[in-house]
Formats: sequence, structure tokens, C-alpha cells
Amino acid sequence: MTTTTADRRRQGTSPRTFTAHRHRRGRLVAGYMFVAPFMIVFVAMFLVPLLYAAYFSLFREQLVGGNVFVGLENYSRAFGDDQLWTGIGRVCLFFLIQVPIMLVAALAFALALDTGLTRLKRTTRLGIFVPYAVPGVIATLMWGFLYGPDFGPFAQLADKIGLSAPDFLSQHLMLGSLANIVFWEFTGYNMVILYAALRSVPTEIYEAAAVDGAGQWRIAWSIKIPALRGALAVCMIFSIIGSFQLFNEPQLMKSLAPTVIDDAYTPNLYAYNLAFVGQEYNYAAAVSFVLGLVILAGSYAFMFATNRRSRR
Amino acid sequence: MTTTTLKPRRHKPKRSTVLTIGMLAAAAYFLLPLFWLFVASTKTSQDLFSTFGLWFSGDFHLIDNIRLTLTQDDGVFLRWLWNTLLYAVTAAGGGALLAALAGYGFSKYRFKGNRTMFMIVLGAVMVPTTALAIPTYLVFSEIGLADTPWAIILPSLVNPFGLLLMRVYVEAAVPDSLLEAARIDGASEFRIFFQVVLRLLAPGFATVLLFALVHTWNNYFLPLIMLNDPELYPITVGLARWQGQAAAAGGASGDLIPLVITGSLLSIIPLVIAFLFLQRYWQSGLVAGAVK
Repeated sequence: MTTTTADRRRQGTSPRTFTAHRHRRGRLVAGYMFVAPFMIVFVAMFLVPLLYAAYFSLFREQLVGGNVFVGLENYSRAFGDDQLWTGIGRVCLFFLIQVPIMLVAALAFALALDTGLTRLKRTTRLGIFVPYAVPGVIATLMWGFLYGPDFGPFAQLADKIGLSAPDFLSQHLMLGSLANIVFWEFTGYNMVILYAALRSVPTEIYEAAAVDGAGQWRIAWSIKIPALRGALAVCMIFSIIGSFQLFNEPQLMKSLAPTVIDDAYTPNLYAYNLAFVGQEYNYAAAVSFVLGLVILAGSYAFMFATNRRSRR
Repeated sequence: MTTTTLKPRRHKPKRSTVLTIGMLAAAAYFLLPLFWLFVASTKTSQDLFSTFGLWFSGDFHLIDNIRLTLTQDDGVFLRWLWNTLLYAVTAAGGGALLAALAGYGFSKYRFKGNRTMFMIVLGAVMVPTTALAIPTYLVFSEIGLADTPWAIILPSLVNPFGLLLMRVYVEAAVPDSLLEAARIDGASEFRIFFQVVLRLLAPGFATVLLFALVHTWNNYFLPLIMLNDPELYPITVGLARWQGQAAAAGGASGDLIPLVITGSLLSIIPLVIAFLFLQRYWQSGLVAGAVK
């Protein structure tokens, strides 16, 4: 992809060779100049902090003697830390429940829109997508009010017919309530990505299939879904990263249900509390790196699994 | 109807009522909380508790609520709104420009380390926000930048996803022959970029800009840890603070609840409008991204 200019230059359509050669050096520098601003900010705002964190995760702050080098001790503590692994287990469960439901719904919406069989297509598409433009903080505040027992409409409706609404903020239902908030925020986004990918499939294929007598279901199953494999993989990777980093929603829900959401409810919440409440920066850094490893492992496992399947 | 008889081979299916109802039901679920938010911001705190949440009470209190929201704590809400706008526009604009420059550089130039650098940037997406934010906070407090607007803007300039999208877009939209022609005409590499390439990249640029805008506008974690001064808060952190105060005080400060609700309504309006007006751009940009 990046070689096209170079290849053409090497083949050397004769009158251009001289000019091209003269520009070659300048062009090499220009390449660096174009990527330099991004890379400088990236190194300063990303690599430097990350390396710094890796460095200080090897120390321990002590009341007497200040920072002491402890090698990998913080990491061995993290690997044996029940609070961290309970949190990781919780976001795993969250991922296993929330992401399949969200992606199946997004896929169903995208396929339904793409059949062209629905009325009010633009309105429904925008209606489903609009929560993406709502900040996660506001989505959580809003659903927090909606779930609430005081003036939440669910509680009011249940009250009217003489029942009591389920307590959405209880120990049992909290994870589901959080999953619903994330579902509300991101289904439309995934739908738009899948829908965009569907629009790029040439329509002649559908027409040919229709001539062969294939119905809409058959076209969706045998042509459209296979064509979406790449886009679905992208959605999946983003969902893995997002689920394991769950933070805003539980952090805000904590003020409504302080007894249900503890300091280590999710790994990111745990790292945050370790660093900014407990001032344990060194251990917090180690905890975040362990979480990063888990995310990396999850993403690679997923890519490995899908690659094998598509090769079969 | 006549078109179908003209083209008998094209199967023109009838609209499906079942599918339409299904999609409308789905849209209703996604719009319901926003409808609730609007209804709730027309109510006094007494009405919030005493009337049904999904319909208006007789008393339309929206204007009063807006006035209360804007004047609470000496008008700090307007300050938050301004901060949010400042952070979002500078970070998204700067970030999109950096991504466009680098996307073009990675796509159209061969130089040592091209692939390696690009892969490292993409790998950055996997790093948990806390793993990055904790050391960034420590570095920034060391050099005195924590608790300043720079603490929000500088880290938000890095946009790996924007870079990926711009590179894909450059490959699709900028033909090599055009660049060669401009070079023959003697245009410098930078003039080519700013006068020829940037114009071709407009839809992709708008997509990256819009998504970066949403990302910074919605950012919560970074300002939460970086900022102490309420005067510097963006809306997200400010509203969360009001909500925390309301929840901590229980029924006693029920008066803050209408402010949280009305403030939420006010803060989502700009983004929803931006998405509606820039539809053409972000949709075409996403198509380009999805084709890859």
C-alpha cells in the first residue's frame, strides 16, 4: 500500500527520473516531518508516562526511608490479590453477558435497516444512535434516576398497580443495571459501524441472489453476515477493551448504592481508589499493568480464535 | 410502481410492518430516557416526587429550572460549559490535525520505522486508562501542569483511532498520480498537503473531528483526577459533583436534583445538534473506515 509511489519511481518513466531522484531526499525528510507532530505528542503523553509507571511500579513507598526498590513484589502481590481478581471476574461476567446481547442487537438493527423494508428508516437509525452523543456520565445519572425507588417511573408504575418494582440498585441486579446503561450507550454506535459496512457491499450480489430465489433471511445469513466479519471483529475488540475498563458507570452509581459498589468493584475503580484515595501509586500502577495484560490476552485470544475459524 | 414494471428483474419488496414496528419499538427504548430527561427538567423538585415521571405535571417549570441551573454557585455551570467547549474544541481540532498529518505521512511516504511506529500507536489502544492516567497525573503535578487546562488538552491530543481512520481514508481518497502531478509542477510537500490533500480528506477529517469532540466532551476520568479547582471542571465532573452532593445530603438538598437534571439536558443539546448537522460527514467517514 505504501509502496506504490516508490514502485512507480523505480520503474522510472524516463523523463521523470531525474526530478524524482532530486526530490527523493526531500521526500524522505517530509515523511518524518508529517508524522513528527503526532509522534512527539504520542511519546510525551503516552510512552513517557507509561515507562514512568512501569518504573515506579517496581518501588514501594515506606513511612521510613521513602521509596524502596522491591523488584516485582507489587506484581506478585497483584497476582495474589483477591480484590483485584474478584473485580476482573466481575468485568469478565459483565463482558460475557453484555457484549453478545449488544452486538446481536446492533447486528439485527443494521440488517433490518439494510433490507430497506422498514419505514421511517432515518428516524429510527438516528433514534437508536443518539445515545452515543450523550456523555457516559449523564447517561449514568439519568438511568440512576430512572432506576431509583423515589421518583423513577418503573417504581411509580409498579406502585400504581400495587406491586413493588425490583430494586435495580441491589447487589443482585446492579451488574445487570450497569449492563443496561452500557447497552443503551453503545448499541447504536455498533449498529452504525455495521450498517456502514453493509452499505459498502455491492448491491449486485443481492440482486443476483434474489434472482436465484434467495429470500431476505437467506441473503442476510449467507451473504451479509459473512461480509460483516471484519466489522464485527472491530466492534468485538472495542467491546473487550471497553468492558474490562468499566469505570464511569460504577463510579457514579456508587453515590446511589454505596454498599453495593465497593472500592474494588471493577479493576479500574480499584486502581483509581488505590492511587487517589489510598495514595498507593506504586501498587496502583502494578494493578493497572496486570489489567492491561488481561485485556491484551483477551484481545489476542479472540483474534486467534477467529483467525483459526476463518481459515478452516 | 411503473418503475417495477420497467425493470421486472429487480425485485422490489413490499415494506414490512412487523419490521417497522420492531425498529420503532427499539428506537422508543433508546429515546425514552431522553424524553424522561426533558419531562423531568420541566418539573419542580416537589413535582418530581409527586407526579408520574414520564408525563408533564400541570406546572411547566423549565425556564425557571434553567435559570436556577445557570445561577447556582454564582453561575458556575456556565463556566463548566465554557471549559468543556474549550477543552473539546482545542483537543479535538488539534488531535484531528495531528492525525491527518500523520495518517498522510504513514500512508504516502516510505521511511525507516514507518510500520513499527504505526503498530506501536495502534497497540496503545489496549492500555487501560488508569495505567496511563496515574503516571500522567504524577508527571503533570511534578511539572506544575496538574489542575490547569493543559492537563486535559495535552493528553487528549493523542488519538490512535483517528490516526488509523485517517490512514485508511488517505489510501482511499488520495491518488498517487495527483501527488506526482503536483510534484512535477514544483509544489513543495507541505504545500501539496495543505492545498491539495487536506481538501480531499475533508469528510474523513470531519469524522475524526466529530468523534474526538464527543470523546473529549464526554471525558470524565482524566478531569476527575487532574482537576481540583471547580472553576476548571468540565460539565461531566461538575454535574457528578452536584449529584454527589445531592445524594450525600439525601432528602435535605432535594433542590439540587432539578439542577442536575436540567444541567444534563443543557449539556447534551450541543452534541446532539452537531451529530444531526454533520450526519453526511460522519456517515461517509465511517463507511470508509468500515470498508477496510
